[in-house]
Amino acid sequence: MTPILELKGITKQFPGVLANDHINLTLHKGEILALLGENGAGKSTLMNILYGLYQPDEGEIFINGEKSMVTSPTDAIDAGIGMVHQHFMLIPVFTVAENVMLGEESVKYGNFLNRDDAAKKILEIGNQFNLPVNPSDMVRDLPVGVQQKVEIIKLLYREAEILIFDEPTAVLTPQEADELFKIMRSLVEQGKSIIFITHKLREVLDVADRIMVIRQGAVVGETTPDEADKNSLAAMMVGREVSLVVEKEEKVPGEVILSIDDLVVADKFQNIVVDHVSLEVHAGEIVGIAGVQGNGQTELVEAITGLRKSSEGQITLMGEDVTRATPRQITELGSAHVPEDRQADGLVLPFPIAENLVLCTYYKEPFSKGVVLQYETILDHAKQLISDFDIRTPSALTPVSNLSGGNQQKVIIARELSRPIQFLMASQPTRGLDVGSIEYIHKRIVQKRNDGCAVLLVSPELDEIMELSDRIAVMYRGNILAVVKRSAVTKEEVGLMMAGIMPESDFKPKEKHVVERTF
Amino acid sequence: MTSVTHTVEHKKISEVSPTRKLVMGIAELFIAMVILFGFVLNSTPGDLTRFVMTPGGIDVGAMGDWVIPTRPTLIALTVVTVAIGIFQLVKGFGRATNGMVGLSGLFLIFGFLTWQAGGTSVNLAGMLASAVLLAVPITLGAFSGVLSERAGVVNIAIEGMMLMGSMIGALVGSITNSTWIGLAGAILSGLILSWIHAVLSIKYKINQIISGTVINIFSAGMTAFISQKYLQTNQALNNPPLFPRIPIPGLANIPLLGPIFFNTNVFVYLMFILLVVIQVALFSTRWGLRTRSVGEHPRAADTLGINVTRTRYVAVLLSGLVAGLAGAFFTLGSVGRFNEGMTAGKGFIGLAAMIFGNWRPLGAIGAGFLFGFADAIGSKLSLLGSAIPPQIMATAPYLITMIVLAGFIGKGDMPAADGEPYEEE
Repeated sequence: MTPILELKGITKQFPGVLANDHINLTLHKGEILALLGENGAGKSTLMNILYGLYQPDEGEIFINGEKSMVTSPTDAIDAGIGMVHQHFMLIPVFTVAENVMLGEESVKYGNFLNRDDAAKKILEIGNQFNLPVNPSDMVRDLPVGVQQKVEIIKLLYREAEILIFDEPTAVLTPQEADELFKIMRSLVEQGKSIIFITHKLREVLDVADRIMVIRQGAVVGETTPDEADKNSLAAMMVGREVSLVVEKEEKVPGEVILSIDDLVVADKFQNIVVDHVSLEVHAGEIVGIAGVQGNGQTELVEAITGLRKSSEGQITLMGEDVTRATPRQITELGSAHVPEDRQADGLVLPFPIAENLVLCTYYKEPFSKGVVLQYETILDHAKQLISDFDIRTPSALTPVSNLSGGNQQKVIIARELSRPIQFLMASQPTRGLDVGSIEYIHKRIVQKRNDGCAVLLVSPELDEIMELSDRIAVMYRGNILAVVKRSAVTKEEVGLMMAGIMPESDFKPKEKHVVERTF
Repeated sequence: MTSVTHTVEHKKISEVSPTRKLVMGIAELFIAMVILFGFVLNSTPGDLTRFVMTPGGIDVGAMGDWVIPTRPTLIALTVVTVAIGIFQLVKGFGRATNGMVGLSGLFLIFGFLTWQAGGTSVNLAGMLASAVLLAVPITLGAFSGVLSERAGVVNIAIEGMMLMGSMIGALVGSITNSTWIGLAGAILSGLILSWIHAVLSIKYKINQIISGTVINIFSAGMTAFISQKYLQTNQALNNPPLFPRIPIPGLANIPLLGPIFFNTNVFVYLMFILLVVIQVALFSTRWGLRTRSVGEHPRAADTLGINVTRTRYVAVLLSGLVAGLAGAFFTLGSVGRFNEGMTAGKGFIGLAAMIFGNWRPLGAIGAGFLFGFADAIGSKLSLLGSAIPPQIMATAPYLITMIVLAGFIGKGDMPAADGEPYEEE
């Protein structure tokens, strides 16, 4: 049988990097091919070539056995190729119908939009592929999972046969991800073919028919979920053995470091998004806040770190009332913050690494004397941290915008953890990072906890919460539904609580552990 | 696995923040105090205010004068405004908060007019008619801005395009002795300048503010030069014909509205036609959907095969066309000759009207009328011999612009990619 898609010898050279090195790829009709690789391995470059966004330096593309020239997204769409981009290509202020038909509009009287006709088609596609959406909803009002369905409908509306999913689960909750995999299954059952780009091992094993691993621009192996396991895939991907389990010694928590009491926080639209939350974090423990994104975690973290005013309640850090404190006061108390969005809140992108590394301390001795910055000290400090934290960079004066995501995150981790701290607020510390970097950052966080630091970890990645936490608080619609000991729950139980379902009859607190419920 | 696709509905703290509620209430009470102490106490008991309801020089659609007792009217205004203010402080108007502040502002203006005209008369209809004319360049400027910014290109050069349009309109109109050819010339000059703006800011990705400012400076210098060198030395070159007033049969006879809206300049009619055309084109056609997509998220549009560059070029050129038209109004629709710097910042106020109108044609025309009305009051009152110096009154429209922009708008629904050059990958 002729493969539906064949890439032969695709090579793409960027200044200084060989992003794709003679890559061959074959996709058969009705299969899910996973393209696995670390960030920067060249997966996205390859797919952008296939989608016509980049031109390859060498190589050929065959669609249904015919050699094809794909020089623009229009060509790709015409050839039946569609792509769900990692960052959704949706316009928030347009309706679902407008987003779907954009570029391929249903029209009447020549040029006038026919929204009804588009809505009808969207509902038909929704029925056929089990993608229920309301065509007249405004996209910005939809949860991320539904937005992704809109993206998929966009492709099906254009009758795409080859669907590329670029890191589709990066923004999804575990439940939404599982639902996406079901959708992907039903798509291939109805004859579509899928290329699934990811660096998450579990997903590959769950959903792919075939796995292709890319490292440093070249294909390093091909396997199937039956033959492979997490460890072998990780080793192929990174090129060395990777420990996927964080080693953590038992530790008796110490005194209370952070205490949140009856906290109420509103978002910018005056919605109450943190609704009377109470929580304590002790020295030497990691408390993980599990929850689907958008359930108030972001605002809770902002309130704790002084970035957002709370409307009621109290926050106490190391015995001091910090409810109305400024971020600098909180930092100076000995607290560190790894923010959720590293590029927006964690770094000044155009600034060099050395300056980013002193963002919390630049105004103090020894980094400044009076009003004058001491550049030599700052540079020495940077060089030290670059080697301590294994930041891969040409120099300490490279702007952080030039670093990969993993190295940018290391800059933040280095800045925050190198200070003498007693409290670490880590919000999605490994978002979008590859296995190697995740391993490293997890180790560092556990090390801080072992040193007696109190850690509050927020993450929508259930695996991460389960692996690192000593206690888990589940946040749902602004409330903390339960605070449980890590050892007292299974992943499934936490997953259900994240969806707002309290496991009742079969989930009585296991004999020796106590489930604290805080309302 | 259970699937969770819920739209979370949140409890609200309140519709309007407590501070805002307080500030608005105090503002309303302050307005009431101004009416009381400024107008009521300074009015003469027994005076009558006469509002003339037919603009001067009009013989169709005439209407009788409107006579009201000065002091009782002012007292009534005070009482109502105090009531609004107290209700705002105690209970709050929720969603209607802004509207109530606007109403109080209207009362202030009406109270001011009533007080000024106490014992004498003021031509209210004439004032409204001139407000509509003064709104024309502002509204057209705002339309021009809407067209370009909806596609993601900030066009701060509207002022310059208007100025150039007014000069070229006068020059071409004088040479050909034709209003319509003059108008075409003005539009063409707007098109050429906007083409320069498009090339600089879309093709060469120069900062759009800088590109726009360059065009403004060029236009100011160029029109001044041509004016001094040719128009002033040869008056025949600065004597264009004027578009006549065209009454619309039937409609022109409606009292009050007829003389103001239906027996006027072709530019007023064009403004209303453009309102409908732009509104429909932007929100109901394929072209509009694509144009707005390019202004909101050009990368998304690009991945769907939409030519971002071409779409932006078209939008900026249309913006220039409308700006040229707005410029022609000054020389061919209003004054009948070109004076240096005669647009006097109307292009910038147009941009403010665009923002006030939330990047929508209907909002833009509303804001245009507001600013036009402020202008009209200013010029009318200096004629009335008001106690307030005319220079202060002349600042009224700008003050209103500032207050409106600072206090009421906040961020609005600005196109998400407004002002950002698009880099293809």
